[in-house]
Amino acid sequence: MSGKIDLRDISRPGSEALIHLENKELMPLPAPLESEEKDHAWAALSEQCQSRYECGLDDTCAVNIPKPKSSDEEEQLVARFLSGLDKLFDKENNWTFFEPLLLTMEHCTGCQTCAESCHIFEASGRNELYRPTFRAEILRRLYFKYVKRGGLLSAWQHGDIHLNWPLVARLIELSYRCNLCRRCAQSCPIGCDNGLVARELRKLFSQEMGIVPREIHENGSMLQLEAGSSTGMTAEIVKDNVAFVDEDISERTGIEVHTPWDIEGADVLLIHNAGEIMAWPENPGAFALILTMAGVNWTMSSELAAYDAINYGLWYDDAQFARVALKHMEAAKKLGVKRIVIGECGHAHKALCVIADRILTGDLNIPRESYLPLLRDIVLSGKIKFDPTRNDFPVTLHDPCNMVRLMGVVEPQREILRALCPQFREMEPHGVNNYCCGGGSGFAIMSGNNFPDWRFHVSGRKKLEQILNAFAECPGPESPKYLCAPCSNCKGQFRDMITYYDLWQKNRIFYGGLVELVVNAMTDVKPGFIDWEWR
Amino acid sequence: MTAAVYLAIYFGLFIFLAGCLRRILVYARTPLHLRWEIYPLPHEHPYRAAYGGSYFETQEWWRQPQVTNRRGEWRVMIEEILFLKSLREYNRRLWLPSFLFHFGLYIAIAAVACAALALACGQLSATSQITGLVHVLAPIAMFSAAIAATLIVAGAFWLLMRRTADPALKNSTHAGDIFNLLFFIVAFTLLIGGYMLRAPGTATLGEFARGAVHFDRSITMGSAFGAGLILASTLLAYIPFTHMAHFIAKYFTWHAVRWDDRRNERGSVLEDKVAASLGYKPTWSAPHVGADGQRTWAEIATTNPTREAQTTREAQK
Repeated sequence: MSGKIDLRDISRPGSEALIHLENKELMPLPAPLESEEKDHAWAALSEQCQSRYECGLDDTCAVNIPKPKSSDEEEQLVARFLSGLDKLFDKENNWTFFEPLLLTMEHCTGCQTCAESCHIFEASGRNELYRPTFRAEILRRLYFKYVKRGGLLSAWQHGDIHLNWPLVARLIELSYRCNLCRRCAQSCPIGCDNGLVARELRKLFSQEMGIVPREIHENGSMLQLEAGSSTGMTAEIVKDNVAFVDEDISERTGIEVHTPWDIEGADVLLIHNAGEIMAWPENPGAFALILTMAGVNWTMSSELAAYDAINYGLWYDDAQFARVALKHMEAAKKLGVKRIVIGECGHAHKALCVIADRILTGDLNIPRESYLPLLRDIVLSGKIKFDPTRNDFPVTLHDPCNMVRLMGVVEPQREILRALCPQFREMEPHGVNNYCCGGGSGFAIMSGNNFPDWRFHVSGRKKLEQILNAFAECPGPESPKYLCAPCSNCKGQFRDMITYYDLWQKNRIFYGGLVELVVNAMTDVKPGFIDWEWR
Repeated sequence: MTAAVYLAIYFGLFIFLAGCLRRILVYARTPLHLRWEIYPLPHEHPYRAAYGGSYFETQEWWRQPQVTNRRGEWRVMIEEILFLKSLREYNRRLWLPSFLFHFGLYIAIAAVACAALALACGQLSATSQITGLVHVLAPIAMFSAAIAATLIVAGAFWLLMRRTADPALKNSTHAGDIFNLLFFIVAFTLLIGGYMLRAPGTATLGEFARGAVHFDRSITMGSAFGAGLILASTLLAYIPFTHMAHFIAKYFTWHAVRWDDRRNERGSVLEDKVAASLGYKPTWSAPHVGADGQRTWAEIATTNPTREAQTTREAQK
């Protein structure tokens, strides 16, 4: 590993990677992955990728930025970057985050408290490149030099930096080496937000230069605005698929379930992450069953984008974020529902319940809430009978950052688990001090090149350590264990990471949502709703 | 020398206050930003604040009034400001030097306040009670000033050692940071050293304070102490123009960003601010944004780039 890099290396000419990570230098993992040999070797970036795209940061490539063909093209790209940089610090262009970004730029003391909180920095073996201030310090120097037009005195005070295309290309990639979990911001004594820095850099690259990973833009927010869902499902297809889910759930549970669509005046408009319908159909099925049995007057909407709660704009683009949020609200307004309830999707929670609160006015500002208080109230109300012994296996809970640290929904899920899962145990740390799953901010759906290797080895490593520690007293395959992840994105990360490390086959670590555990414990339901079949 | 010291103090104080005011206005005038809070929030209900919960934990939260737990907020603020709680919790290695330095500054402020109060008491009344108060305050100010300067120098020196020796701090340490710490060390060493070693017949702290208020040039002071005062005044003037003004920023980063969970309710002042922000006209260049400097933010948010692209394609056919 060439871990000893200096900030000035970011401008180093050429496309050679600044660092190389090796397993032996990463944060050690507990059993059964305690030795370096038990870890996987990294897949190398293909020569084709290295020849076509800018891969000058580390051992992976998330964004696939085509290499400029000439120095003129490089200069044009740098000019566009500078134009975007100005807009980032202009209230007309960036009212959405102008104040927190300005405060972060002007007051960091470089104390490195943030670094002690960052799971990526720690898991990488404390590699300088992944230090939260590394990225922020580059932007800070650019801000003082090109936005504030600081001269020599400013360079002396704030540090100088050489702007060229290699810097911009590396900075684009570096903005996709942060999960935006904002654990660093939580610990900062000043209140600076290095997670926001990564997010705002992504915004600059998207909104000014049109540079975004394909998975979250073309195949993400754009597809959602075109077809209705990032899964590509149109309204007709999603209705068909949900009908199939209803049929399957009815058969598995012995209780007739029928998902209502487009019911005007319903109390609740439920919006799922549509990925659940495709990848984990038992999740929307469990929701339908619980709401039906609890007698909730609910509906789903078949309006464009309103049957998919995802809002990838949250991670990279204000315009895309606002467009999707407005689609959700327009659908609710059209149906005249009393409230919107978000299903098991962390970023959708924060996007619609929290962030969108400051773009909605008048009758578009329809109340929005998490499904968790509703589910907790149903479970504890006594309306449905439960048999907790059906869940008598080790269960631990992952706290999705967007629901917990960034929204404050901490206890409802725990009240449910304490009531229904006799072997529930916490990870450490948990609640608002949790660690990200490693798939946050779009990483869970970014699978180009060898990027998954990076997210399993680095961004997901701290969470993997927590999971293994939570089940440390029952590690063997004789005891099936349930990792409860009430977030679609987190589940995607866990599915891929557990598969990668073969922890289902060897250790029987299973993952799933919260509603599945609720249905599994319902006495009126046929036993064995959780089938322990890997998917 | 004496007149130069007085002028340095007046100008230093004036520029400090003007610089702080300017910085406050810059941040106070920024437009309303999107919600971006981080939990725990200390002004939540004490039960929830303890584990980081929010009103979102309640079904139909909008039917209940928002809790305002000012006591909780004050408790966290006091712990944070006086004892640098975040640093102690998350970065223990840096906490002690930083605590010494900052606590020294607080004591210095308290010493100046005591001296000013003693001076004001002495000016306003000659009753025995007030005179007694002056006799109490003056030595407190004197003692506090000595403690403050010692802590500041020790803390700044320790921080300087950390900055230069700790590889973790290297990438985010600039020449300016080293200069700032040296500035504190030199200014406060001269202040305390100059005062302790002052020649007989030169002004005491009380006499100097009185002289500074009345611009009394007959006061004599040692050159080292005078140089320390000039440097400290220059340092004071310099602070608002550096990241050392984080004592101002911290109000905004914590109250206006990290703890801002105000709800946008219909008909509220907040809703008016949201509406005003939606009227901004951005100029971002990427085609999918569709910002041309004419469309408002609200208009951009209500367009669908995929539909617009489709319409353009059809028109081209």
